Amino acid sequence: MNSVQRISAVVLRHWYLISHSLPRILELGYWPLVQIVLWGFIQQFIMTQSSYFAMAGGLLLGAVMLWDLLFRSQISLAISFFEEIYSRNLSHLLISPLRMWEYVVALMTVSIMRTLIGLVPVTFLAIWFFGFSIYSLGLSLALFFVSLVTFGWSVGLAVAGLVLRFGLGAESLTWALIFALAPLCGIYYPVTILPNWLQGLSAILPPSYIFEGMRTILLEQTVRLDLLAMAGVLNVVWLSAGIAVFFALYRSARIRGVIMQLGE
Amino acid sequence: MDVVTANQAPGGVATNQIIGRSAPGGEANIRVQGLTKRFGEILAVDNINFSIAPGSFTALLGGNGAGKTTTIGMLLNLIQPTAGRIEILGQDFAHNTKSLLARMNFQSPYVDLPRRLTVRQNLAVYARLYGVADAKARIADLARGLDLEAFLDRPLGKLSAGQRTRVGLAKAFINRPDVVLLDEPTASLDPDTADWVRHYLARYARETNATFLIASHNMPEVERLCDQVLMMRAGRIVDRGSPRELLAKYRRNTLEDVFLDIARARAREGGTP
Repeated sequence: MNSVQRISAVVLRHWYLISHSLPRILELGYWPLVQIVLWGFIQQFIMTQSSYFAMAGGLLLGAVMLWDLLFRSQISLAISFFEEIYSRNLSHLLISPLRMWEYVVALMTVSIMRTLIGLVPVTFLAIWFFGFSIYSLGLSLALFFVSLVTFGWSVGLAVAGLVLRFGLGAESLTWALIFALAPLCGIYYPVTILPNWLQGLSAILPPSYIFEGMRTILLEQTVRLDLLAMAGVLNVVWLSAGIAVFFALYRSARIRGVIMQLGE
Repeated sequence: MDVVTANQAPGGVATNQIIGRSAPGGEANIRVQGLTKRFGEILAVDNINFSIAPGSFTALLGGNGAGKTTTIGMLLNLIQPTAGRIEILGQDFAHNTKSLLARMNFQSPYVDLPRRLTVRQNLAVYARLYGVADAKARIADLARGLDLEAFLDRPLGKLSAGQRTRVGLAKAFINRPDVVLLDEPTASLDPDTADWVRHYLARYARETNATFLIASHNMPEVERLCDQVLMMRAGRIVDRGSPRELLAKYRRNTLEDVFLDIARARAREGGTP
């Protein structure tokens, strides 16, 4: 028996859940689709009104897709964890030989699976419908992907830990927390537009460097490795913090004896 | 079957001892020493001691809030003990948690399996989690043994409560555990099926020498199935012994009456529990 086998068991459980449910598959793709269609038309309109956006046709759509990547990776991790609570299955998992770190890796894997199922189809739709290919970002896209997904996991793990400790009452943080950070990430605008004190907060968020990096590629055709490096360093800190929070809240949940009551 | 007579410590609290079928050298598959759990001001489990020999059935009985679920939670690593030591299969549970959990399993009607997955998918997932070799054959074997074959490919949520209980038992036996913890193992089953399940459990224990710890409110079941009973009240083990011993000791005809005596702390022969 090894770690890969146990991790794959959890992934398999979620694959069974998703692959045998057409509504779930459609749901994974539905919101990204709505976002792309809405922002695609907004972008087409703005391009006729603004020289800034006319310079780079995909600025808004690229931002929407990368933001959705971050958001989906976070929410997918958290919801995969909640699924165990909804189905009152968490205790069975935790009393199995599955190590907690293996469970975290499994949740990350499922997060990627769910995110790709939802997002990949709409990236092709954007090419076909709005003439913008996110893949034009080239190799940088892979680095953006790693960076944004990692940050999404950091927040997702913290939220999962809070639900483990405080119950499903904390579930709404899944959406609230990431959207609270969105204005600081400079998704649609450079962070220089923020007040100085908010720029300080923005500077510690890895996505703010990624969205800036995307803009420099699309507007100046320049890959800013310094921005990618900064995001990478910050992500190490954020992911470490997310994992630490999750494990600390798991320990607290065991001490307070709340795990067996979750989902009741 | 050899039974070690319950010893009473001053105050009427039964002390640590091997209970159930005797085993060579007095070995125990579960040994609990000074196990305590405090939730703030509430002492949920108060310094309990017991040992259970291989191949025996032990029931954990007590009213609501007696400390049964907390005790089981600690034995499953879901609750962190405040104090005490748990030994499973001769090893310290705190330091060998995951390797020991691989040799244990648990089922409760209050803990479910994913209802959108089919029975086969659920069992396949847990077979993989427990590293079961030849999972297909094991699932087929359990399906035969627990009469699940007809609905192996149906989602769990489409099954009756009794069928789900049997699926839960299949999950509990997927890894051929040496230590099995069951909470209300025959809940939701009709008397015929419940009896059949009890025979299944007894046969499994006989064939594998596995140790069973059962929390149940079904007194006739405990009388029929269990070698020994641990009576809990307010977090303490207030009495213990075989069902026959307890019936004689409390001069009652049914274990239910014994349970009521203890739960209500009624004065009994030799003192007040």
